[in-house]
Amino acid sequence: MNWRGAWAIYLYEMKRFFRTIGQSIVSPVISTVLYFVVFGAAIGSRIQQIDGVSYGAFIVPGLIMLSLLTQSVTNASFGIYFPRFSGTIYEYLAAPISAIEMVIGFVGAAATKALLIGVIILGTSAFFVPLSIAHPFWMIAFLLLTAVTFSLFGFIIGLWADGFEKLQIIPLLVITPLTFLGGSFYSIDVLPPFWRSLSLLNPVLYLVSGFRWSFNEVADVNVGVSLGMTVFFLVLCLGAVWWIFKTGYRLKS
Amino acid sequence: MTSFISIDNVSKTYKGGLAALRNISLDIKRGEILALLGPNGAGKTTLISTICGIVTKSSGTITVNGHDTVTDFRAARALIGLVPQELHLSIFETPWDSVNFSRALYGKPANPKYIETLLKRLALWEKRDAKMVTLSGGMKRRVLIAKALAHEPKVLFLDEPTAGVDVELRGNMWQLVRELRDTGVTIILTTHYIEEAEEMADRVGVITRGELILVEEKHALMHKLGQKQLTLHLTAPLSAIPQRLADYRLELTGDGQTLSYSFDSHGGQGSIPRLLADLAAENISFTDLNTAQSSLEDIFMGLLKQ
Repeated sequence: MNWRGAWAIYLYEMKRFFRTIGQSIVSPVISTVLYFVVFGAAIGSRIQQIDGVSYGAFIVPGLIMLSLLTQSVTNASFGIYFPRFSGTIYEYLAAPISAIEMVIGFVGAAATKALLIGVIILGTSAFFVPLSIAHPFWMIAFLLLTAVTFSLFGFIIGLWADGFEKLQIIPLLVITPLTFLGGSFYSIDVLPPFWRSLSLLNPVLYLVSGFRWSFNEVADVNVGVSLGMTVFFLVLCLGAVWWIFKTGYRLKS
Repeated sequence: MTSFISIDNVSKTYKGGLAALRNISLDIKRGEILALLGPNGAGKTTLISTICGIVTKSSGTITVNGHDTVTDFRAARALIGLVPQELHLSIFETPWDSVNFSRALYGKPANPKYIETLLKRLALWEKRDAKMVTLSGGMKRRVLIAKALAHEPKVLFLDEPTAGVDVELRGNMWQLVRELRDTGVTIILTTHYIEEAEEMADRVGVITRGELILVEEKHALMHKLGQKQLTLHLTAPLSAIPQRLADYRLELTGDGQTLSYSFDSHGGQGSIPRLLADLAAENISFTDLNTAQSSLEDIFMGLLKQ
């Protein structure tokens, strides 16, 4: 293993994040504040408690998941797409590093950035709602698993994309709708039976539900199922990445 | 000299069916400068990219110092530095960061002293903290060379190092390549400037349509295929070549005013004095004479035509 090489990629990617530290931190903080102003104070005050949890506290896990997913996907996809676009990818391909080191570097950095933003949002929420975390270990586990899984997914998108618009399409047309419809801001129990069943096909539901359970033991689906599904997505993405490197898809001609 | 890179029967066919490399076999010796010559699209870059691991070969084997480039890629690639043809650099980065990153990517511990020496030798030290975007084309090319040398490779691939570079910089580049060779680095460069190969290379390989049609010591190549020509400007025009001179390969041009004599550069020694003596015997006098030797370019064009 060329750990030094993997570490170099990781640091290089993190540097990009810290170069734009202002906008990296300010934008999630602002959007979180806006969500709390609108959903917590303005609308939330008229919404009853959901399963004994105030609406403001109920949406915290959903908000964190929303950012975690979009940030993981966009960071990872840009991270690998940019060297492909600028041509500097040649250096990674010619260096004595394998797929594993590249994935550790790129995906690790993307996941770290997403986690940092998740933590920032969690901290910001504490100013608006009383936070209680029932299962800190599982909360961290869900955060980590989700960040890594969706960074892997973003990495795949970054390899698949052959233009900047394709990079935007998946977060915009897939991740955001699935997160909004995956019970980030409501419990799927409030839905009519048909839509409720349909929601069970939404993978994000399992992430949000499990994550929310770790906060206040309120969940749409059994936490074991959530965990199982999260691990399943992780394995799926790992498999796809493994296939990409094995075949050289979009990396080598 | 021992073989350092061994390319055995390597072919590459792209998905679309384009055969970019056809059964290439080539041994590159330690410490030599090998120039791969060929027209655009001949397969020079594909060959280099295949050795460096950027292109997956369809068949054949390549070893670098005995390490297979696929099964033992880490050991093989650690020995290789690659300078690509295009100026692929992150524009907001600085040379210092970029070169140090390259070293780390190859798994080598940081060595600021070595990078400093490297940047100084490439006349980049003053610009080490400047953004790439502010550097000139020649500087960017040198940054790429510094990046390729950052991990102290034993063999350096230069893909069209002087494409789009002005005459002075080209001279500097040649100088640099020679200095690198003197430090023991094996150098493989591709070019379509024949004068570049002629100026720098120890050996020349000619690639065309994916085939390596010839690999030869430069001097041997020029000796073997080089033609010499002696041109005489006559005092008085001749209407025909006299019988006594019929054995020579002579040609009368310019209204009988110019006599040219072609001979192989290796077989021709001694024939000129004889010809001149025969001319004197025929009372043919001349006002001027010159000889010309075919350049690598002429040889190359001749090969491509075959």
